[in-house]
Amino acid sequence: MAKNIHGMHEPLVHISKREDCGFLRACGVRLAAIALALVVCGGVIIALTGLNPVEVYAGVIDGAVGSSRRLWVTIRDTLSLLLVAVALTPAFKMRFWNVGGEGQVLIGATATAAVMINFADKLPTPVLFLAMIGAAVLSGMVWGVIPALFKAGWNTNETLFTLMMNYVATQFVAFCVVYWENPAGSNSVGIINASGKAGWLPSLFELTYGWNLVIIVALTAFMYVYLRYSKQGYEIAYVGQSVNTARYAGINVKTVIIRTMAISGALCGLTGFVLVSGSGHTISTTLAGGRGFTAIIVAWLSKLNTFTMMLVSFMLVFMEKGAIQIASQFSLNENASEIITGIILFFVLGCEFFINYKVEFRHRHREG
Amino acid sequence: MGVITVFIQKAIGQGVCILFGANGEILTEKSGNLNLGVPGMMYMGGIAGLAAAFMYERAVAVPNAFVGFFLALLAALAAGALGGLIYSVLTITLRANQNVSGLALTTFGMGLGNFFGGSLAKLSGGVGQISTAATASAFRIRLPLLSDIPILGDVLFSYGILTYLAVAVSIVMSWYLNRTRQGLCLRAVGESPATADAAGINVQMYKYLATVIGGAIAGLGGLYFVMEYSGGTWTNNGFGDRGWLAVALVIFARWRPLNAIWGSLLFGALYILYLYIPGLGRATQEIFKMLPYVVTIIVLILTSLRKKKEDQPPESLGLHYFREER
Amino acid sequence: MKDANAIELRNISKRFGKVIANDRINLSVRDGEILAILGENGSGKTTLMNMISGIYYPDEGQIFVHGEEVTIRSPKDAFPLGIGMIHQHFKLVDVLTAAENIVLGLSGPTKLDITAVATRISKLAHKYGFDIDPFKKIYEMSVSEKQTVEIVKMLYRGANILILDEPTAVLTPQETDALFAVLRNMRDAGNAIIIITHKLNEVLALSDRVAVLHKGRYIGTVETKEATVESLTEMMVGKKVTLDIERPDPVNPELRLKVKDITCVNKEGVITLNHASFTANGGEILGIAGVAGSGQKELLESIAGLTPKESGEIEYYPPDTEMMDITKLSAVEISRLGIKLSFVPEDRLGMGLVGAMDMVDNMMIRSYKKGGFFWADRRAPKTLAEHIIGTLEIVTPGVSTPVGKLSGGNVQKVLVGREIASAPTVLMVAYPVRGLDINSAYTIYTLLNVQKMRGVAVLCVGEDLDVLLALCDRILVLCDGKVTGIVDARTTTKEEVGLLMTHTGKGGAH
Repeated sequence: MAKNIHGMHEPLVHISKREDCGFLRACGVRLAAIALALVVCGGVIIALTGLNPVEVYAGVIDGAVGSSRRLWVTIRDTLSLLLVAVALTPAFKMRFWNVGGEGQVLIGATATAAVMINFADKLPTPVLFLAMIGAAVLSGMVWGVIPALFKAGWNTNETLFTLMMNYVATQFVAFCVVYWENPAGSNSVGIINASGKAGWLPSLFELTYGWNLVIIVALTAFMYVYLRYSKQGYEIAYVGQSVNTARYAGINVKTVIIRTMAISGALCGLTGFVLVSGSGHTISTTLAGGRGFTAIIVAWLSKLNTFTMMLVSFMLVFMEKGAIQIASQFSLNENASEIITGIILFFVLGCEFFINYKVEFRHRHREG
Repeated sequence: MGVITVFIQKAIGQGVCILFGANGEILTEKSGNLNLGVPGMMYMGGIAGLAAAFMYERAVAVPNAFVGFFLALLAALAAGALGGLIYSVLTITLRANQNVSGLALTTFGMGLGNFFGGSLAKLSGGVGQISTAATASAFRIRLPLLSDIPILGDVLFSYGILTYLAVAVSIVMSWYLNRTRQGLCLRAVGESPATADAAGINVQMYKYLATVIGGAIAGLGGLYFVMEYSGGTWTNNGFGDRGWLAVALVIFARWRPLNAIWGSLLFGALYILYLYIPGLGRATQEIFKMLPYVVTIIVLILTSLRKKKEDQPPESLGLHYFREER
Repeated sequence: MKDANAIELRNISKRFGKVIANDRINLSVRDGEILAILGENGSGKTTLMNMISGIYYPDEGQIFVHGEEVTIRSPKDAFPLGIGMIHQHFKLVDVLTAAENIVLGLSGPTKLDITAVATRISKLAHKYGFDIDPFKKIYEMSVSEKQTVEIVKMLYRGANILILDEPTAVLTPQETDALFAVLRNMRDAGNAIIIITHKLNEVLALSDRVAVLHKGRYIGTVETKEATVESLTEMMVGKKVTLDIERPDPVNPELRLKVKDITCVNKEGVITLNHASFTANGGEILGIAGVAGSGQKELLESIAGLTPKESGEIEYYPPDTEMMDITKLSAVEISRLGIKLSFVPEDRLGMGLVGAMDMVDNMMIRSYKKGGFFWADRRAPKTLAEHIIGTLEIVTPGVSTPVGKLSGGNVQKVLVGREIASAPTVLMVAYPVRGLDINSAYTIYTLLNVQKMRGVAVLCVGEDLDVLLALCDRILVLCDGKVTGIVDARTTTKEEVGLLMTHTGKGGAH
């Protein structure tokens, strides 16, 4: 009476880690995912609006890059999203979930605005800029280091901590907005130094956002070099890979955590400076506009490669700008972009599985 | 009605929405899934409920408030569950990163809410704002008799059905988690999936169910906001940061649904406290709105300092589980 | 039913890749009997038991439970057959109570009546003499209490065949006695009990019969009352195998390391190293023998500055200069003082190397702090990596392949190669040839000998006595954290070392 029933418990689907997925194959899977996402979005568009999705997509392209001005707005927003993503990268490389980019950007922006408002006519231009940058960097750093201190010391959950810090920052900005209100009762700060343009990043090479471009491309390159070729970048990677190994090798893990978050927060703060001084010239609670969160997705999808981030940031901003265009073109609502972005993100996130794992369907064997 | 009575009423009005979100997220996190898509799922629930009621009220000449009520309720549950399902497929089956998937869900859900909220009327050929007054009235019915009791009636019994449902969900969840076999299994899944697996528990199924049902519960938070709080209308981004407050409340309640009940009341109270403190400038009021988050951070720090095991997040929160290849 | 076979294994084999973990094993345990499975580390005891409890599936052979052939593919299949295994790493949820853990996953009415569960637990406890508080949380428990919970969990689920994997490894002598009393009660109640161990005194004190495994092979089963420490030791360590390992004579050995009375206590408060004292000389290989968990890891880590010491002193004698006291120094401080102390840990990819990083980055960890502030120098590590690949014949697609993708032997060569490259004066290696094929193992032996001839003090923790006897100059034997003897490897016998490992031997320098 053998209860031997071979094959009964064999799972039908076998999932195993893929040893090495070639670069081309990985690209192919991702492109297929995006294509599939666009098809699904197309379906959603037809179902919801009855519009021809091809026309809608044409509208997207037109809206994002259809004119020189639109192109520059797209580039400008790509750059600020990119900078936040670059700022978050060292933290993520260390496996520290800094979801507080939004708050760190806001606080940096507030510090910049504070200097602009209070010292515009008291300081010579170069000093003013230095003060603005210094204030932005320092405040972003403080906002980033606070959760890091608790993580290093008591292993306080950094995801939740940094998330909460965002809203403390938001309310702080709300406080400042009322404090600096101009004109009174408008509940906004208005354009800061609109007349003298003190503290405004000037145009460069006759490009309005020239400085933004230079600063951000330089920082992106710097971060690439920092993470790949510097000693500290090496330590960050080591701590991220295995705290245990790092300790064996004599790396001071706590120092690395705090230092890395200081850098991450500082760069977020700098993004705040760029947003205020380089493009918005004002401060509001929505200034960061969710970039702190979107940047997390950008950094993650780019596998922490700062150059890939340029591409991903551009793609996301492209969708956003395009959707705003179709919204006005077809008298819809610009939030359609978030739906489409969301769907694309779902597909791209999901497709990584097929890059990292091999799925095999087993044929049932019958014992002879 | 005295100032205090009104204050309590308003605080509860703010708290219910957060309480639904927190309840959904507690259930989800108990399975080890940190779903940062709560705000998105709340938006999805809100807009789905509103859309269902809106279509129903447009389709019939004389809408019956209760039919609208149930349609809206079902739609909100389904939409929230759909959000949870998307998250589950991504993180459980496809093993995508939890934080990133959650944030993508938030992007998607908020977009969905704001898109339809803004263009629902237009899409269906009408003009102007959505209003589903008939359905909303069903959500605002006060308890008969009880609400007529002086003071007590105003403080305890002057709310719509969803308020009591939120408290009921907390109580049922607390009972489920602490007193039932499945609840025990769910807690084990979130703490140590390997142990649960060894004990013969279907880890994947528990994660899926907890996350999907959690999403449905969070969806009710959105429904409450559009129906009872806003009276059946939509304001873009009017929902504000309530979704994140729900995540904060989970931490504040230390993953206990019963704590979430009074926690939501406290959060609601802190949220509107500035209106009731005389002599506050508008600027200072904004600082007061910071309070729920500051309190949450303090709780988070204190629990990590005290290291009391019962107060910590579920041990495997945010981590994937799949059985070792062998 | 007494004397009936509860479990019978016939010709069970299991291979992991090329390694044969179990080779045609035949074994049986009766109801109402305690069977001890005795063997050194790596003899295949745990693998064999994992096949009974459904963790692994045998490649060949049959399993009979109470006379019927069965297929056990997962622990879920093992439960209904009454088989319960208590692993070394407990599978318990920390924040739940004992009762909750015990009832976890069992079907029944939706509402969980925890008081009824507790009552049943108390009854079981009373029946067999356990001491257990059903409402105590696991994280508040000592190791032995957790073990009790695991055993009760199995009994609660109706297990009548219990397998315990080295249950006493984590217990104090008093706790061990209590456990044995309980196990005897369970045997007398008709249960079959299998206990995996390598402690001879426990085998003799507890079991009815002893089955011995050696290097994956079944040696035989004897009645405990007919066995002696000597006969079991001989079965366990096997016949002396002459290995063709070169052993040059030490060249002017000079004192390099003096360890005095070191005591270590782990996080659970258990003494892991108990007043250990010895010296290590440059130009000689000091072998460290002992059953697993006798304090080998702590010994090396306390010297390396990775484990805090309760008491004792460690003195380092550099080749040219004055003695340095390194007792209180951390790994970072030791290297900062320029002391070339290299350590090849047991956990190669979890501690020694980062699997996801390539060879260059793994080499770099020893050198990156040198030079300027900003740039990390990758040229020197790259040259080193290429050099190591050449000299140690490492099979890899290139220096930029993640080391985690290399085979076990090559991973070990990378690690040893790196540690040797810093020209150490003390080289500590833990289980340097574990999991390696024979050729890689010989490469490692040669490397250690080269270091010895360079005047390095080599400390080598090993598990294969034949290798230690053939490779080392002196052998230090640890048992339960105590140094039970230091013997001359050229003159000692395998039996002598084996007896010292089980703490029943006499003599030896202490």
